[in-house]
Amino acid sequence: MDFTIILDNLPLYVQGLWITIQLVFLALCAGLVLAVPTALLLTSKNPLVWGLPYAYVYFFRGTPLLVQLFLIYHGMGQFETIRESFIWPIFREAYWCALIAFSLNTGAYTAEILRGAINQTPWGEIEAAKACGMRKVTRYRRIILPSAFRRALPAYGNEVIFMLHGSAVASIVTLVDILGAGRIVNARYFAPWEAYVTSGLFYLCLTFAIVYFFKLWERRWSAHLRTR
Amino acid sequence: MQNAIDFMPFILTGALVTVQLALASVALAIVLGMLGATAKLSGSLALRSVAGVYTTVIRGIPDLVLMLLIFYGGQIAVNEIGHSLGLAYIEIDPFTAGTLTIGFIFGAYMTESFRGGILAVPRGEIEAGRAFGMSAVLVFRRITLPQMVRHALPSFGNNWLVLVKTTALVSVIGLQDMVFRAGQAGGSTRQPFTFYLVVALIYLLITAVSQVALSKAERRFNVGVRTE
Amino acid sequence: MTRKTFVAALTATAMMAGAAGSAAADEWDTIRIGVEGAYPPFSQVDSGGALSGFDIEIANVLCDEIGAECTLVQQDWDGIIPALLARRYDAIVASMSITEERAKRVDFTDKYYQTPAKFAAPKDAEVEISREGLDGKTVGVQRATIHDNFISEEFGDTVDIRRYATQDEAYMDAVAGRVDLLLADSVTMAVGFLETEEGEGWEFVGPDFTDPQYFGEGVGIAVRPGEDALREKFNDAIAAILADGRYEEIQNKYFDFNVYGEPYGE
Repeated sequence: MDFTIILDNLPLYVQGLWITIQLVFLALCAGLVLAVPTALLLTSKNPLVWGLPYAYVYFFRGTPLLVQLFLIYHGMGQFETIRESFIWPIFREAYWCALIAFSLNTGAYTAEILRGAINQTPWGEIEAAKACGMRKVTRYRRIILPSAFRRALPAYGNEVIFMLHGSAVASIVTLVDILGAGRIVNARYFAPWEAYVTSGLFYLCLTFAIVYFFKLWERRWSAHLRTR
Repeated sequence: MQNAIDFMPFILTGALVTVQLALASVALAIVLGMLGATAKLSGSLALRSVAGVYTTVIRGIPDLVLMLLIFYGGQIAVNEIGHSLGLAYIEIDPFTAGTLTIGFIFGAYMTESFRGGILAVPRGEIEAGRAFGMSAVLVFRRITLPQMVRHALPSFGNNWLVLVKTTALVSVIGLQDMVFRAGQAGGSTRQPFTFYLVVALIYLLITAVSQVALSKAERRFNVGVRTE
Repeated sequence: MTRKTFVAALTATAMMAGAAGSAAADEWDTIRIGVEGAYPPFSQVDSGGALSGFDIEIANVLCDEIGAECTLVQQDWDGIIPALLARRYDAIVASMSITEERAKRVDFTDKYYQTPAKFAAPKDAEVEISREGLDGKTVGVQRATIHDNFISEEFGDTVDIRRYATQDEAYMDAVAGRVDLLLADSVTMAVGFLETEEGEGWEFVGPDFTDPQYFGEGVGIAVRPGEDALREKFNDAIAAILADGRYEEIQNKYFDFNVYGEPYGE
């Protein structure tokens, strides 16, 4: 191990860290915004309502993130209409392509997690809400969704970690994220151990931070369920 | 400009590589998972610590980082050792590297699945087996294993589905799987979207077939358990 | 099937390890040569998977001259030096420029060709190659090449650098409009891109770059440090093919100018 290589390139890794955090954070936000309505539609009994969201979730959960990214990054340029249109400047940028792919991906996984949590809402809670005279919208807002979010939290924590790990594919489409920094260092110094072990450590620290953060969060959200 | 249909055999050959890689990797992952689970449940502190580090580190670092580390770094390490032992060059081709990496990664996930499965076997049954004078091996074969399979199957199935998608990453280290080939075909026909979509659909097909097989297996292993 | 594949892989590994002493040092009856395969016209892979190109032919003729049996091993650029050090092969014949940085990790033979680097841009772009002219532009290069080093050091603070694993990927993104300029070896870019259908809309801009600080003293063959016997064999062979016209014969197949960069063959 040649530590001078690592120390000399630390600023590059820190820049990469920033890109990774941006991509993952923004994708998670967009994914969550996408996931809530998708999950609600999925709980409907009408095939016309759940059909399209179901196809979306099935496709994005059943195919590799790398292929989804390639479909957007390399694939969109195939269509003349997209290349000529006003949205091409977005698809031109690797950053936006990655962000779109990651958002759609995590949106699908999160929707599935939420759907499961909504379906597990105890009947008593819903009956009690009805008995209190709540309308459907109020029921969802006050009872079903908060209760589902709490149940979904552990699974969502895992999804956040999967998204963080999945985001490493951004380095394949020229973005310099944590792994992208490692690839530059490997290529420049021909030192794969130093380069990739450093990248790995950055991801490991982020993973631990996420795990810790979710533990705290879980404890807060389930405070009322704890025995005193 | 060549016709997209002409490239289908080319893509299908790649699909075969994907399936072979997934099967070879899962075989290795099962072996490592069994070893890991045994180590985690063993009385030896040293074994438990090694297994603990293995599962924590692997699950904290993205697959792609590990893959690059093993493919580039592992090649150097293996040949440094090999050379000092007076051996000639040991070739790590992308298929072997891919199998080793994916097997190694999913060995960690399987360790957790199998550990859970073993813990779910009632202690009394194992004690009863010992009381009958069965040897440890016989207890494992007749009592622990069949029940462990039943308990571990759902999470094993989950891991398998994730593993299949992870194989897409080997295209980055130059293995000619279907993602790699879709890139080549997409480049020469200027129709990348078409080919990545085809590859995505093949992944969905593999997923669907796996799900049918897994649910059959689950039913088979649950035959002895009354559900009502 | 799976088990068979796995067992086969293990057996193959064991057999290779078993072939231990056969590649005894200093004899060099057999040489394994690392090549790239995505860098036309120097090396490329045809649809059937066969390697061809200037590097490939030079490697073969050098082996003839040395009297060794050669195996060509394909390796992507990112890993081409690590794999040499890891003994995947014994020499690299892959258009690798002789630079100070690389010379710290490997030993180089004398050069076997030398061509300048150049920028290319879309025909209607009208860019000026200067610090001001390039400000804010996106430039595509192959990662860890002399071109990458040059642009990173000289313009890294003003341009947006996109680094690609292969030169071919850089061309693809150039066509897709993701980069404003490309910087690469002039010959590679001419044959591999500008003269092709995809590269129609692009042309060379700016001067030739040859500054030895970045662009080295030409392209040489890399061997592991200390493998002096092999390096000497290659040097003698390069001198021999330059002198007897075999070099000229190959280079005339690919280029209508002198790719060696100076007169050869006394």
